[in-house]
Amino acid sequence: MVKINGELLEKDGKTVTEMLADMEISGQRVAVEINEEIVPKAKYDETVLNDGDHVEVVRFVGGG
Amino acid sequence: MSVPSREEMYRALEERHGADLQKKLDSASVAICGLGGLGSNIAISLARAGVGHLHIIDFDRVDISNLNRQQYFPEQLGQLKSVALKDTLERIAPYCHIKADNIKLSEDNIPDLLSDADIIVEAFDKADQKAMLVNCVLESMPDKFLVSGSGMAGIAPSNMITTNKITKRFYLCGDGVSDVEDGMGLVSSRVLICAGHQAHAVIRIIAGEFDI
Repeated sequence: MVKINGELLEKDGKTVTEMLADMEISGQRVAVEINEEIVPKAKYDETVLNDGDHVEVVRFVGGG
Repeated sequence: MSVPSREEMYRALEERHGADLQKKLDSASVAICGLGGLGSNIAISLARAGVGHLHIIDFDRVDISNLNRQQYFPEQLGQLKSVALKDTLERIAPYCHIKADNIKLSEDNIPDLLSDADIIVEAFDKADQKAMLVNCVLESMPDKFLVSGSGMAGIAPSNMITTNKITKRFYLCGDGVSDVEDGMGLVSSRVLICAGHQAHAVIRIIAGEFDI
């Protein structure tokens, strides 16, 4: 199980790109951290989620 | 009345904030990226608190649609925001070291332009630009503190807006959901609340208080 934004989900083995697609989130408006480390955008396709990972998906919305 | 001396203004700040904190504020260097509703208000808060070095950055000009929430005056319409805000900050805090850049930030120039700052404030309005800056700083400048704002449009309750600590050096303020693209406009009071959260996160980081 992977903890994503505080929620335990069965996303083990999925890449960051696949996780974002499941969540219906555009990769252009997010920052993704796994275990407090930023995932570089260029590595979303190859970075795989592992059992026990803590993932934070920060979605940005417009306005400022 | 003439402008007080540097020593007089410093002493007045010291009396309110204490000598230790004022010393830290005076030597701190903060970069503010985007000088709209968030950035102009954050810059003014930090200048009033006596932050010693501010780097303000925007590529835009003051427009009449900005005046409902951004810290510009009608007579400044058409001026570069970086220039107009520098003028205002110099009136508020005449001894603050202010560097103003009229430039569009991108992945190519961020590492170089923001290298002098201890703390970087993301205060853009477009979601993809917010994400670009945050990703770029976290990827290529891991020793910087970063304070970002997301979700402050409309007139939803004030108390939805919070400060969150995403990683050790990355703070995110806002309600996370109120998107200007959903048709809600930006209202001064709510934008100011988010700007206040961001400015206060900066001051706490400078003070060495890292909890939220």
